[in-house]
Amino acid sequence: MALEVMAKADLPIPLDISFRVDPGELLALVGHSGSGKTTLLRTIAGLWRPEVARVSVNGTAWLDTAGRVDLPTHQRRVGVVFQNYALFPHMSAAQNVMAAMDAPDRDEAARILDLVNLHGLADRKPAQLSGGQQQRVAVARALARRPEALLLDEPFSAVDRATREKLYGEIIELRANLAMPIVLVTHDMNEAQLLADRMVVIDKGSTVREGTTAEVMADPDALRAMGIREVAVMLPAVIVEHGDDGLTRLDAPTGPLFLPGVEGAPGTQLRVRIMAHEVILSRTRPEGLSAQNILSGKVTQIVPGKGPAVMVHVAIGPHEILSRITRRAAEQMGLQPGDPVHAVLKSMSVARDHVARMPDVDRAAQ
Amino acid sequence: MDWTALWLSMRLAAWTVLLLLPVAVLAGRFLAYRQFRAKGLIEAVVMLPLVLPPTVFGFYLLVAFGRNSPVGDLWQGLFGHQLVFTFEGLVVASVIFNLPFAIQPAQRGFEAIAIEVREAARCCGLSPARSLWKVELPLAWPGLMTAMVLTFAHTLGEFGIVLMVGGSIPGETKTIAIAIYDRVQAFDDGAAAAMSAVLVAISLFTIALTYWLSARMGRRLS
Repeated sequence: MALEVMAKADLPIPLDISFRVDPGELLALVGHSGSGKTTLLRTIAGLWRPEVARVSVNGTAWLDTAGRVDLPTHQRRVGVVFQNYALFPHMSAAQNVMAAMDAPDRDEAARILDLVNLHGLADRKPAQLSGGQQQRVAVARALARRPEALLLDEPFSAVDRATREKLYGEIIELRANLAMPIVLVTHDMNEAQLLADRMVVIDKGSTVREGTTAEVMADPDALRAMGIREVAVMLPAVIVEHGDDGLTRLDAPTGPLFLPGVEGAPGTQLRVRIMAHEVILSRTRPEGLSAQNILSGKVTQIVPGKGPAVMVHVAIGPHEILSRITRRAAEQMGLQPGDPVHAVLKSMSVARDHVARMPDVDRAAQ
Repeated sequence: MDWTALWLSMRLAAWTVLLLLPVAVLAGRFLAYRQFRAKGLIEAVVMLPLVLPPTVFGFYLLVAFGRNSPVGDLWQGLFGHQLVFTFEGLVVASVIFNLPFAIQPAQRGFEAIAIEVREAARCCGLSPARSLWKVELPLAWPGLMTAMVLTFAHTLGEFGIVLMVGGSIPGETKTIAIAIYDRVQAFDDGAAAAMSAVLVAISLFTIALTYWLSARMGRRLS
């Protein structure tokens, strides 16, 4: 049930993009506002028709400007979560969900609402729900359509940060039950990196870079398109124990990591996002330093940027972390590929929303 | 008290509302959702009855419906009698001069529905007709309610156009407004006062009903 999309247009913005999303895969379309990512989502849903386009799901064309196929939106099996949710204000949560069913069924609606952790709120109107609860209703309604493609348009942008972190976790858990291709539109690299399997970075309507999350996040061109400060790597990690002082010990392939108060039981698999500009490099193993995380590795690559900074790739076992330091510092240290180096990370520099549960991709594929 | 005239006015107002409701839904929805070049012109034409003197408007309708007009000929051919100075003619005229009172509030009602909500309806698999029935009509209801009440109240009170197109035939075209004028002309102030009071009561009741219904609507949404 792969989703394949190709779109070319001059208006409202120049667009020339194609991509494919496999069943159970979450693809993030990342770009600044006006880059064309939402237009692509609207093309898939049939809410917009570019001059030249082809959208097919599982080999069946929904839109083919060459073959004159253009299914109206209501005949496309598509689930959409809108940025502001667009719930039907006159209907209860359960009625919203039932509105998307072919044969409205209250029990089924209750089951889907349970799935998104909305037990007991079925009879509330949208105005009586919090932002996070409204988002969950929107997700439930999209799933009730039994979609062949699930489209999420900046679904986390309208809630506060604490709620967003919770919703990230819920979406990751929910994916275990979902077998359809999922497209997430976002301008937030952190969000994309935490949630997506693959990313397409879009700028001015064309693809800057497409690849797995790890590939894209290590590509300077892709990152420049998104603002260089966003460079980060994702490390898999597992919770070992919660210390009495509030620090959680994680085991990562790069060695132990100490981070402030991570939620989850010991054994929980996590993805931790390490921002390149938060990583300090040292030739000798530093002592008497306040930073709690010192990872030893080897320089593999030094990539100069346009400005005064360079990106140093450090291999730590089979993994790589990135450190963004000034060109001057790199020269003073005389860093060369192959040099041993110690990467230092301050515990408090990993923001809470940079830690997320690992998506359960194995279960999703079944 | 001219009960025949009151009953005629009520029938006229009811028919007008009944015939205008679908027009208001379709035209109001069309004007609310679509952007096109001639939109301003169409909106202006719809609003025209609001600013034209009723006698001027009535005169044009009289000419348009008259025996030598295409509309008048067509009506004569279909029903065997003329359109002017009949209840049917009054209904047609009433529908036309109430267009702004019906379409404008309906348009505002549909405009109040967020475009994403309409798009969400399509994405939920609702066909345009089902989306109209399940999502758009309930949400545009306050506007449609206003349209119906304004049309009803305005029809009860219209004088100039009714006189021009309908004349004052008892039981056929003599509405309560005409009857009041008639009574005043005959120095029958008592009857005029009674009928005026009845009109005031009916108008008050309809307006109060709308406010009550829209307050109830507001509670439903929150």
